[in-house]
Amino acid sequence: MSGEAETHGEDALAATGADAAAAHGADAAHSANSGLQIHPMDQFVVHPLFGDGPIHWYTPTNVTLWMAIAVLLIALMMVVGTRGRAIVPSRFQSIAELAYGFVRKMVEDVAGKDALPFFPYIMTLFMFIVFANFLGLVPMSFTTTAHIAVTAMLALAVFLTVTIVGFVKNGTKFLGLFWVSSAPLPLRPILAIIELISYFVRPVSHSIRLGGNMMAGHAVIKVFAGFAGVLGVGAVAPIAAITAIYGLEILVAFIQAYVFTILTCVYLKDALHPSH
Amino acid sequence: MEGDIAQLGQFIGAGLAAIGSGASAIGVGHVAGNFLAGALRNPSAAAGQTATLFIGIAFAEALGIFSFLVALLLMFAV
Repeated sequence: MSGEAETHGEDALAATGADAAAAHGADAAHSANSGLQIHPMDQFVVHPLFGDGPIHWYTPTNVTLWMAIAVLLIALMMVVGTRGRAIVPSRFQSIAELAYGFVRKMVEDVAGKDALPFFPYIMTLFMFIVFANFLGLVPMSFTTTAHIAVTAMLALAVFLTVTIVGFVKNGTKFLGLFWVSSAPLPLRPILAIIELISYFVRPVSHSIRLGGNMMAGHAVIKVFAGFAGVLGVGAVAPIAAITAIYGLEILVAFIQAYVFTILTCVYLKDALHPSH
Repeated sequence: MEGDIAQLGQFIGAGLAAIGSGASAIGVGHVAGNFLAGALRNPSAAAGQTATLFIGIAFAEALGIFSFLVALLLMFAV
């Protein structure tokens, strides 16, 4: 009787154990899916600011909030900076003049003097990307430029602008961009196909370069933050690593904005002077 | 044994895609190193070529970012 009870008990115990093992297995699978306690991709989740409803195109979300903050800060800096117009510039005026001069020199050097009508557009692009990148580095903020949806629209706008400008300024001569006249004649059709593909891949690489860089950097910071969370108080090495990566990210935030802008200038130069 | 063969392939594929990031790191180092070698030979011409340097680095880096993106898609989106 007692033996039977014991076997029964053992059976129950085994069943519980198996249950626990199954539950543990499921848990392990889940944690294998999500990786760390702090999921490195959680910071990029788009959610509406008010309530939990579905996201329509007009829903105010954290993305639109941080884009609006970026635009407001740019407007504030430029308005305050250019209000005094002093001979000896104030701090804000120095920053505004520095940014203006930097982008203007870039447009002139890379795209040429006849690209200066497009300077306001390129300046807008540069300022928006710089501010969005740097605002993303503020703790607990949201990196709008880490979303390929955002950068793809920026890159697509550049692509359409450049293509339309090329056709308007040069007419059908713009197609000479794809016909490499310095190459031997039999090679030209092949090169034309390659040039055509590379032209249409431009917006893809243009957008993914910026979005991917931002996303990768912030994900790496979050991964190290996860290590620090696991180690607790004694997490000296992860915190030192986060500090170092943060410094690198400040550099990357500026360089990616610079690269995005300078590639826009290069594409614009191609559109204005399509001869090979 | 938890998981299935698809998940195994997913993880192996993500790991293989990460090789691309290392390869692009070699490319970026090659660009920067050659720029430095050229700049030390002719320092007066170096300042005018920094834009070219950044464009070259950006093109080399973009391909590494593509492979990183493939790894991310395999891990989280597939």
